[in-house]
Amino acid sequence: MEFLYYPGCSLGVSASNYNISAIKVCEELGITLKEINDWNCCGATSFIALDELMGTVVSARNLAIAEKQGFKELVVTCSGCYVTLKKANTHMKERPKFKEQVNEALGAANMTYSGNVEIRHLIEVLALDCGLEKITKSIKKPLKNLKIAAYSGCQLVRPYCTFDNKEFPHVLDDLLKTTGATVVDFEFKARCCGGMLMQTNKEIAEKMVLDILEDATRHNADCIATACPLCQMNLEGFQGSINTHFHKEYKIPIMPFTQIMGLALGLKEGDLKIKRNLISPELALAK
Amino acid sequence: MALNTTTTTLEEEFVLYANETPEFEAVKRCIQCGTCAGSCPAVKWMDYSPRKVFGMLRSGLVEPILKSRTPWICASCYLCTARCPKNIKITDIMYALKRFAIKENIVPQDITGHILIKTFTSMVFKYGRNFEAEMMTTFLLKTNPFSAISLTGLALSLYMHQRMEILPHRIKAMNELSAIIKKAELISKNGKEE
Repeated sequence: MEFLYYPGCSLGVSASNYNISAIKVCEELGITLKEINDWNCCGATSFIALDELMGTVVSARNLAIAEKQGFKELVVTCSGCYVTLKKANTHMKERPKFKEQVNEALGAANMTYSGNVEIRHLIEVLALDCGLEKITKSIKKPLKNLKIAAYSGCQLVRPYCTFDNKEFPHVLDDLLKTTGATVVDFEFKARCCGGMLMQTNKEIAEKMVLDILEDATRHNADCIATACPLCQMNLEGFQGSINTHFHKEYKIPIMPFTQIMGLALGLKEGDLKIKRNLISPELALAK
Repeated sequence: MALNTTTTTLEEEFVLYANETPEFEAVKRCIQCGTCAGSCPAVKWMDYSPRKVFGMLRSGLVEPILKSRTPWICASCYLCTARCPKNIKITDIMYALKRFAIKENIVPQDITGHILIKTFTSMVFKYGRNFEAEMMTTFLLKTNPFSAISLTGLALSLYMHQRMEILPHRIKAMNELSAIIKKAELISKNGKEE
């Protein structure tokens, strides 16, 4: 199976461990992720807060490229990109005049976009296209003693997601259960990590992350699995600062879910870039 | 000195804006059930809850909403949107309120969200992608240089773990992306849909 892949800005750099492990896990399962040509930022939450048309065309350029490359689907690993690109499609479908304007702007670079490229998150592709059965059969090193809190976060399951429950998601849990690990029951799995509030209103975002860390700990999780680079950064990069501000001693490894799957599939730690994690999962994995 | 009779008030400006922004139409459907306010993980830091925002907008108390912190505290998690029994795209309305506040230059004093937005978009105007190191440095220097110091540790740690680059990556067809963005800006200025 081959899919066109849109890594997005964070995956290239601050979530490179997520990106590389995602590509390796897919390879191991017979899926090729082909990187889309000369992609640009999806626009994230910023462009849409400045100008709706500008935000949509920034997304649409990527989708126009996907279409030109002959693909009907585009796979993403970032939940922010997932919502932003899907929002561009939704606006174009629901508002014909707006769609014309998007294409008028794309015309400045002789591009055009139909609005029909389907955006799919990697967890959907793995769970549905590859299938849980095939993954289960490919597991070489079951992680029997590991307890995982599967953190889906918000934008992966809301508002456009069609493959999972918007409030009680289970697809990430299903995927991680194939590894033989225990996926703990975890009420905060679809709560928000604060997103960009970590930059603008740190005290609010830190409290939101603290609630997630507390809930995962309450359920005895050894690590938290993420499927979004922003969740990963907020939960991992700011854990130290949260400890300082709230007088806690959390040291919970935050792992891109693909690293956990990769380990169970028998891939090497080096291939999955586990040394790039800021909080070492060594203790959790030694269990 | 004669009053300039062509000056429109902020509220009149907003009515025009709301009329050309499809999401606002749905505000009429709000039944004030409070599901949005009860669902919001950030509501306790807002000055008006989302429920109150819609209630006030409808009863004509427009100006305090336009100048409120609420849209800037919205983390864009879409829980309210997913739960609203009247299918109001609440999160999208928060974005629309942000756009209006930026346009009219009425963002509350203690808010930095608009600066983040402008810094982030400036990266894309320059490189076509976000350049995290420059984006964060620029944003912090503009807003809170002191916190820049506190984030140095994280930046260094990311760098040591090969998760921070010190040189930007510029997309090949930057000229094309710039042309598309410029054109979109022009269309937006010259007239909305409908």
